[in-house]
Amino acid sequence: MRYLPKSPSERREMLQEIGAQSIDDLFSTIPGEYRLNHDLEVPPQRGEQEIVEYFRQEAARNATGYTSFLGAGAYRHYRPVVIDALVQRGEFLTSYTPYQAEISQGTLQAIFEFQTMICELTGMEIANASMYDGSTAAAEAAAMARRITGRRRVLAAATLHPEYREVLATYARQQGHDGPATGAHSSEAGALPYDANGRLDLAALEQRLDERTACVLVQSPNFFGVVEDIPAIAELAHKHGALVVVSIAEALSLGVVRPPREADVVAMEAQSFGVALSYGGPYCGVIAAKEKYLRQMPGRLAGQTRDAEGRRGFVLTLATREQHIRREKATSNICTNQALVALMATIFLTVYGRQGIRELAVQNLSKAHYAARRFSEAGAEVLFAGAPRFHEFVLRTAEPPEQMNERLLEKKIIGGLPLGRWYPELGNASLWCVTELNTAAEIESTTRLFRDAPEGILTRA
Amino acid sequence: MATEDTGEEAAIPFEGKRRKVSSHPSQNEALIFEKSSPGKRAYRLPPLDVPEADPSALLGTSARQDPGMLPELSEIEIVRHFTRLSTWNYSIDLGMYPLGSCTMKYNPRVNEFVSRLEGIAEAHPYQPESLSQGALGILHLLERCLLEITGMDAITLQPAAGAHGEFTGILLARAYHQAQGDPRHKILIPDSAHGTNPATAALCGYEVENLRSNSLGMVDLAELEHLVTGDTAALMLTNPSTIGVFESEIHKIADILHAKGALLYMDGANMNALVGKTRPGDFGVDVMHLNLHKTFSTPHGGGGPGSGPVAAKKILEPFLPTPVVVEGPRGEDGRPTLRLDYDRPRSIGRVRAFYGNFGMFVRALAYILANGPDGLRQTTEDAVLNANYIRSKLEDLYELPYKTPTLHEVVFSDRRQAQKGVRTGDIAKRLIDYGFHPYTTSFPIIVPGALMIEPTESESREELDLFIDAMRQIAREAQENPELVLTAPHSTRVSRLDEVAAARKPLLRYMPPDGAATT
Repeated sequence: MRYLPKSPSERREMLQEIGAQSIDDLFSTIPGEYRLNHDLEVPPQRGEQEIVEYFRQEAARNATGYTSFLGAGAYRHYRPVVIDALVQRGEFLTSYTPYQAEISQGTLQAIFEFQTMICELTGMEIANASMYDGSTAAAEAAAMARRITGRRRVLAAATLHPEYREVLATYARQQGHDGPATGAHSSEAGALPYDANGRLDLAALEQRLDERTACVLVQSPNFFGVVEDIPAIAELAHKHGALVVVSIAEALSLGVVRPPREADVVAMEAQSFGVALSYGGPYCGVIAAKEKYLRQMPGRLAGQTRDAEGRRGFVLTLATREQHIRREKATSNICTNQALVALMATIFLTVYGRQGIRELAVQNLSKAHYAARRFSEAGAEVLFAGAPRFHEFVLRTAEPPEQMNERLLEKKIIGGLPLGRWYPELGNASLWCVTELNTAAEIESTTRLFRDAPEGILTRA
Repeated sequence: MATEDTGEEAAIPFEGKRRKVSSHPSQNEALIFEKSSPGKRAYRLPPLDVPEADPSALLGTSARQDPGMLPELSEIEIVRHFTRLSTWNYSIDLGMYPLGSCTMKYNPRVNEFVSRLEGIAEAHPYQPESLSQGALGILHLLERCLLEITGMDAITLQPAAGAHGEFTGILLARAYHQAQGDPRHKILIPDSAHGTNPATAALCGYEVENLRSNSLGMVDLAELEHLVTGDTAALMLTNPSTIGVFESEIHKIADILHAKGALLYMDGANMNALVGKTRPGDFGVDVMHLNLHKTFSTPHGGGGPGSGPVAAKKILEPFLPTPVVVEGPRGEDGRPTLRLDYDRPRSIGRVRAFYGNFGMFVRALAYILANGPDGLRQTTEDAVLNANYIRSKLEDLYELPYKTPTLHEVVFSDRRQAQKGVRTGDIAKRLIDYGFHPYTTSFPIIVPGALMIEPTESESREELDLFIDAMRQIAREAQENPELVLTAPHSTRVSRLDEVAAARKPLLRYMPPDGAATT
């Protein structure tokens, strides 16, 4: 086996030195009846060339060479090549969590830089070293709000990513022992409704807020791509002593969309910052917050300090919040997070920088705005057209989106995500995302296909 | 420290000879923000091929003028910045990383290569299933391999890390009990357990009950029998335990639990001691998690990403998170069409968006394919051989609190060195000067002053001998020159950092001297 650095004679000699007759002596504590005396039924050992060939074949069975308009929490953006070159340095790739600060300063300083950039982007005062992803970050942020307020109820918007809402429900059910064990997780019951503009219905929010509300959890831009009115939401929530948690699934929006400064906690997915789509993970969640909530923050934090000679250095700090110290009294059970992915985001933000992030965000805004206009001219209806949006929009068509997408696939175009599964009330609706990777030519050829809807089907609903 | 004045020439206190390392300058590097100057750039976007939108017109009051104090540098400066930072880290690629319980093994480069193939790296989680057969095929094959390795019946790959897997596994147990109309309130956890175990049980709303270990560091069967009641949902057990000992009476443990309707949860952190030699599903485990970033070679990346699949027995299958991969009719190529099944009415729900850390599945599967059944078994045997080799070469100098035969790791205590005031953390820091990453210190808590050493299979005899030599020299330094050990490390860019000050007055982000930060 090519990863094992020992010759047969070395193994024999080492056994001799230990005083063992055979390797099986070392496994004698495993009762005989449970010892495996045959080969595992897994594929036979393969050489590197065969492994690469296997994955090439599988890769070829996935979509390649398609124009795509998919978004919905996983965003297509260009990834500068220096990111992969740098994160594949063994010192980043193959190091452990930086508990031994003296020989982990590289990772620690990079985390400190990441935390700073996240604070700048989100308008928050503190940020942690990362969470698993945007969905679990949202659930952990809700739990954080419960701890801070001592209240139990979380009001979540119906326009929070449906899969984030499912994760939130799974986490929330664990708070009390008598909650429903199973089922009902696709239920919309309890979610805060949206108004005619696709924004949170503020009147409904006001009605639902009371002294039991721990927090209002909204996504902005929301699942429909619409930017929420965070100052107005915060004013209502704070009046009732509730916190505001803002979930951001598209971090790049912060290049051109005002940050949610009135929020108390921000739970973000940073995948857009140079992280591959990779069929849904690994991505990079992060929680940022007002400084006064520091002690309730889950996850790791890097902090600046000095050594005995007064030199600047960084350490993991405030570990008394964490599971390895506090055990069952910890703020979360999180241990391993997404450090290498956070490093990718840090490098991405450094490559684009202050000007580039804005320029990139404006390109996304421009292309999405243009595509929405072109598709609408071709007969599709853009829903929530009056509301501010970033780079996603909901289209309603006469033709069911699944059927339309089949037509588009023939031309190697992956259309918008059909929404009927989660929002049947919207009819034939689909969610479209247009990024800097979509060219004007792609938008035009897709526009033509809207026009080519089969005979008898009026595109406009 | 003072040397006695014997009238003869004062003896120079012993200082060991470092064989693995020589000193070498490392580059200084400021924070990225301190290197930034306005107008520099490392990107160039293609020209915008549609009319440029006016953000203020489209977004109104939601428009942002300035994205904040992000750095502005050229590409060469960025490459140097992160390369310089990288050289301040220790890594497996540099040498042995004997962190007990963490299984720091070699991370094969082919894993990285295949995870970056275009059809894999660029696969969108919502692309049609007909265009995702490769991704689903990878998920499905990995699931089948892990089921075979664990001897379990059903699996979910969705959890993003070990602790997330624990959370998922305990929710499965909870859903099972509730479905029986028998909600239970207690989880038993041995005092030798990882901190994540009690944190998870508490997160899932359970009362944590502590189970004391016996004099061999194993589960005390009498105590277990006494504590398990009709209100016990599960025992969370690490096997082999955190002192590296296989619970020989595992079947009795399972029987005691099952007789009272409780489940046996296994923390799979130490699976590197078992793969190909024995299977948890065969010895009575009902539900367990695996750490792909430990046992299956996916890189730790300085603290993640991980991946924590959960495998379970048939009785827990209805409760698995949605979606699950299922086989449909065979396609033109003779392979079954795979699809994602969301219609699981008894499921605990989702624990994460999408399907889990897919990129880690690709790497873990590449590792399994590179090994095959014989390689997996040999890997386990080498890991156990290495740990026992270290044990036999150090047990004369370091106290071995539990003499029970161990598998993949060995836990010493600092009792002898502590007589000179040298504690496990000091010895660990001194190891850095010898060119090694420290072992795990002060864990498990059942061993006061623990030195927890797990070499993994990835170390050659030569590297092990260097480690043993370093540990032996440090033992002598602790006796003859304790001050040297107490003030280690002496060879790093920074010496011991003031963690108390860091926690007392937390500084968690860079603040520019002119106060120009946006917040």
